[in-house]
Amino acid sequence: MTKSSKEMISKLGPLIGLILLIIVVSIMNPSFLTISNIFNVLRQVSISAIIAFGMTFVILTGGIDLSVGSTLALTGAVAASLLAGGTDPIVSMGVALILGLVLGAFNGVIITKGKVAPFIATLATMTIYRGLTLVYTNGKPISGLGDHASFQLFGKGYFLGVPIPVITTIVSFAILAFILHKTTFGRRVYAVGGNEEAAKLSGINADRVKIAVYAISGFLAALSALILTSRLNSAQPTAGESYELDAIAAVVLGGTSLNGGKGWIFGTLIGALIIGVLNNGMNLIGVSSFWQQVVKGIVILLAVLLDRKKD
Amino acid sequence: MIEMTGISKAFNGNAVLKNVQFNLKDGEIHALMGENGAGKSTLMKILGGIHSNDAGEIKVDGQPVHFKSPKDAEKHGIVIIHQELNILPDLTVAENLFLGKEKTFGFGILKNKEMDQEAQELLAKLGLDIHPKTRAGDLSVGKQQIIEIAKAIASNAKYIIMDEPTAALTDREIRTLFETIRELKAKGISFVYISHRMEEIFSICDRITILRDGQYVGERNIPETNFDEIVAMMVGRELGERFPERKAEIGDVKLEVQNLTVKGLFENVSFNVRKGEVVGMAGLMGAGRTEVAETIFGYRRAHGGDILIDEKKVSIKTPIDAMKHKIGYVTEDRKTKGLVLDFSIQENVSLANLKKVSSSGVVNKEKETSLVNQYIQQLKIRTSSPKQSAKSLSGGNQQKVVLAKWLGTEPEVLILDEPTRGVDIGAKKEIYQIINDLAQAGVAILMISSELPEIIGMADRVLVMHEGKITGQVSKEEMTQERIMHFATGGEQVD
Repeated sequence: MTKSSKEMISKLGPLIGLILLIIVVSIMNPSFLTISNIFNVLRQVSISAIIAFGMTFVILTGGIDLSVGSTLALTGAVAASLLAGGTDPIVSMGVALILGLVLGAFNGVIITKGKVAPFIATLATMTIYRGLTLVYTNGKPISGLGDHASFQLFGKGYFLGVPIPVITTIVSFAILAFILHKTTFGRRVYAVGGNEEAAKLSGINADRVKIAVYAISGFLAALSALILTSRLNSAQPTAGESYELDAIAAVVLGGTSLNGGKGWIFGTLIGALIIGVLNNGMNLIGVSSFWQQVVKGIVILLAVLLDRKKD
Repeated sequence: MIEMTGISKAFNGNAVLKNVQFNLKDGEIHALMGENGAGKSTLMKILGGIHSNDAGEIKVDGQPVHFKSPKDAEKHGIVIIHQELNILPDLTVAENLFLGKEKTFGFGILKNKEMDQEAQELLAKLGLDIHPKTRAGDLSVGKQQIIEIAKAIASNAKYIIMDEPTAALTDREIRTLFETIRELKAKGISFVYISHRMEEIFSICDRITILRDGQYVGERNIPETNFDEIVAMMVGRELGERFPERKAEIGDVKLEVQNLTVKGLFENVSFNVRKGEVVGMAGLMGAGRTEVAETIFGYRRAHGGDILIDEKKVSIKTPIDAMKHKIGYVTEDRKTKGLVLDFSIQENVSLANLKKVSSSGVVNKEKETSLVNQYIQQLKIRTSSPKQSAKSLSGGNQQKVVLAKWLGTEPEVLILDEPTRGVDIGAKKEIYQIINDLAQAGVAILMISSELPEIIGMADRVLVMHEGKITGQVSKEEMTQERIMHFATGGEQVD
């Protein structure tokens, strides 16, 4: 009993960290707490949080997905070029999402059927997908997407006064948390990460679970791409560079173990918020962008060190 | 000579040792026995400087000592050899022997020749014909175990604590290990011998100390005691027959294996198991028994041969196929193959039963809880809650969780691979009773075991494997350890 309450505290650690961070930032610059700034933070966080949700699934199986940033760029470019060519926005978005799913599943197939370590496999596809983006866009941004209301709304719109990307994030979170914590698939994800051999010997098709998590990761990268493309009203071939690292940082800050099998998606949401508040807060306080990187790195280290201490 | 008196120790307020005494004379082999959780390991970790005692006194040769680290204990000649060996497989034997105490010319430059020379002498002294430059990982587990002893000797150990040293050894390796121990004993070196294997304790030890629930129960000279007395001291009650009686009706052939072959591991393995029958599978380590089980279960691909269920040929390519044919497999190593250690009891039991405890892919917590509670009761799993993590359970309870997982699938064929390894004697008997109940319910059981008394006590029939082949079959009437060992070491069947 005492153990589970201890576990609860360790799980809530990131949330306490986030609250403390918000308090500190608000004291140093009260304008942090204005509605417009909060929406601004949340809108920024939505893109990284959605990618980090997918990363959580992958990391829970003991894997890693370095290709998400490149997947975002490629799917964003494809959506943008379809829109610019006059394709229906719903079709364009659907194609981008399916492409993300396929690119992710491809990672999964290489990792399981080809027996390549996830780090290496997705390092390679990160380069391949980025290269394909450059080839596809000829290295130039794609703009002139027209003014389809439905697509515009996706990144810039509001629903009941809340930015739509924030709603997309909350809905994604709810669905993914349900899948992870309430379904047999979620249980299999934890089992494969916790002890792959025992999972296989219990009749779980570990390869299929892994291919699925990479597909989910690719799909969510494409979803982020749509938000980003809509917000910027263009697709950049260099979009999403180093987003994989922010996603991994969010997952780790949220308390999910890189060894797999342990963690939760709520932690990742908090982790993404911590990074978002930190970025925004440092801008408000006027910390130079060079120092911002140093501080971000230190925060990640501190979080991991504190997590170690508890064991 | 070591004397420990009034030793107490608590972890987070839970008393693990209460006023325990233990003494070790020079040149004796002293067994330390008790059920899992009795406090054996904690007591020895205190002696080895890994834990500190809250109360009590330790004297070495009459002088009180206080160990703050294993290094302190080592200075007084006390070394622990853990169950999980500390051999670095990619280093040579000599490099392993001198690990952490390398001889150098200074500036960290190694005196390799001198160390190889010394290693060679030490190995010769222990009667080992091993080249010091051999890669340690290429040695058998038995040889690695002896290298651990050599390491202790190299650091001038006088008192060596061995925790379950024979758990992973073949019979021949055990004999070699015992010879080594006896020779060192003659030279005045003492051993503390922790084991669950009663036969070994009677064959090698001079004295025995028994702990129960963190308390000292008593000490006996081995020649003056017997199996029943020790068991009674350990469990605090009469245990009765070691192997409970079974009244199972043996029916038709349920599982049949014909000429099953996996190249390089085993070939032309043929046998059958009937409903209600417990067929034992004996053999030395590496004979291919686990591999046969894994192939029947679809975890390995067969290169040839057939598997028949109810006299019909079936195709089993994955564990999922095997489970469709109602086969269950309780794996040999519960920590690496049987359990997800971070999962709760409940989640582990569900693992092979996810379909059963869910509807349209959503886990139904009520179904899940009722399934696990049923088996917690039926198998007498000792736990405060089904949410307790598998990691925190004792070996016997962990084994029961693995059993529960498979019972949940309602198997008609159950393969048990070393079902009582590392399980204490009380839980062992409970597991035997579970096996009997299953057989009585008509389940066909294949039981792989390296403990001959267990095979003889439990099996209706024994298959013996040697180097990938079934070399003999022994019926209940002619079952003796000698006869099984005859086949296990490659002897021919004579009828």
